[in-house]
Amino acid sequence: MNTQYPEKNCAITGIGQSEVSRGATKSALELTVDAALEAIADAGLTRADIDGLATWPGSMDVNTGFSPVGAPGLQDALRLKLGWYCGGMEMPGQYGAIFEAIGAINSGLCRNVLIFRTVYEATARKASFANSLLHEGKRAQGPLAWFAPYYNYAAAMQQALYFNRYVHESGITTEQIAQISINQRRNAALNPKAIYRTPITLDDYLAAPIIATPLRLFDCDVPCDGSTAIIVSRMDVARDLPNPPVRIEAIGTNMHYRNNWSQLDALATQAQPAVAEMMWSRTDLKPKDVRIALLYDGFSFHTINWLENFGFCERFEAGAFIEGGKRIALEGELPVNTSGGSMSAGRLHAYGAVHEACTQMWGRAGERQVAGVPDVIATSTAGGPLAGAMLLVKD
Amino acid sequence: MSTQIPPRALPQLDLDNKAFWTGGQNGELLIHKCGDCGYYVHPPVNFCPECDGRDVEPQPVSGRGTVETFTVVHKQWVPELRVPYVLALVTIEEQDDVRLATNIVNCEAEDVRFGMPVRVLFERHEDVWTPLFEPDSAG
Ligand SMILES: [Zn+2]
Repeated sequence: MNTQYPEKNCAITGIGQSEVSRGATKSALELTVDAALEAIADAGLTRADIDGLATWPGSMDVNTGFSPVGAPGLQDALRLKLGWYCGGMEMPGQYGAIFEAIGAINSGLCRNVLIFRTVYEATARKASFANSLLHEGKRAQGPLAWFAPYYNYAAAMQQALYFNRYVHESGITTEQIAQISINQRRNAALNPKAIYRTPITLDDYLAAPIIATPLRLFDCDVPCDGSTAIIVSRMDVARDLPNPPVRIEAIGTNMHYRNNWSQLDALATQAQPAVAEMMWSRTDLKPKDVRIALLYDGFSFHTINWLENFGFCERFEAGAFIEGGKRIALEGELPVNTSGGSMSAGRLHAYGAVHEACTQMWGRAGERQVAGVPDVIATSTAGGPLAGAMLLVKD
Repeated sequence: MSTQIPPRALPQLDLDNKAFWTGGQNGELLIHKCGDCGYYVHPPVNFCPECDGRDVEPQPVSGRGTVETFTVVHKQWVPELRVPYVLALVTIEEQDDVRLATNIVNCEAEDVRFGMPVRVLFERHEDVWTPLFEPDSAG
């Protein structure tokens, strides 16, 4: 069943990642070129084979380092000859660029799409307090203008509103929440490219400052400089390339809820449930088939929310699921965010997770390699009123 | 009134949101309401998603509501910021899917609770009357 879904005709065939740091020695564009060339070579392709280019959210003219490189910048740097390209923000989260590429490939516009996400937030924050929501001397506009007068300085604060409601409804404990950060730092210790590699204890977690209840410092991701690139190819092309294709088995892209930071329907669960439901409706696989979960972790609570919304545990039982951390550890029944994720490896903004999925499926994860053949990996992006989900399967 | 020192960032006023941000001039919290079915439409737009009505105009509400969710902010994002303070979503008592981002003031941050009854007050900055909420002991 379900063979008509277009994502099943697409696979990841190569991955690349620049140096990842808290202060790059290279420009954002050069980091992007590094990642792109590595991904193209990894796929067994050359620049001439790349006929599609996609990125999220596209280049932005703000000094936050959130997205300094867009599709035109990379297209010109690599002199790509493209049948199709896109870069934009109003999509189902960061994987929107991948979802767009699926459509383009199946429309016959291209065969091998280079997809990238570049961040330069570590360097940007050295220059100034990088607040992507407010701009000095200008009146606030757009959806977040409803928050503008209320000393809303960072996404952490809006999101803390949902997380606090989740704590209220679920009864999750601080000690349980801490397991997400502790687990990811433990994984990061085995990832040579991770930014923070020294394990943390529950005491460390509790001793760190509270940002906005219930968020503590270690619940937040780590701004970094870096670029990730992947190649998504049409299935028939992918089968002729050197890496075993990582097929896109199913995606979740819907927007059934109110897409609004203050009016979203269910504060405690956010936009994720319908997106996950859509993903599962497009595959015969079930949550029990998933070997690794690479869940969005802009904040630890996103990961907690996705555990429930993907169906790995029941509603409001994620606390019990992660208690003690054994179940989500590398050697556990559902390893979570095996690279260290955004909270320890660096905020590569969901593309770090796609890179890690292929790294694990291709057996390249070194000391953090999950035993056996991790052939089914669930991954997700974003929180609040937007969400995207993707199930990857080793062909 | 808030004693926090940094100036509040202000919204750009437009035809849809001006009533909301200026109703405080007359002590009124104005929320768009459908003249046909009575549904409150927020954020404001002249269309009712419940009945397709186009007769949607700002109307005063009671100014009472409850704290749907909140966060106690401890991080001092800028040097003058007085912490802790409370960012909240308040549901108006007239309709449970109208939520307003706001600060809860005139109480200790640690005393804010889920479901706490609150009432509106306004703080003027330039041409914006910012709705804030404080505990409503009468609620
Ligand atoms: Zn109506």
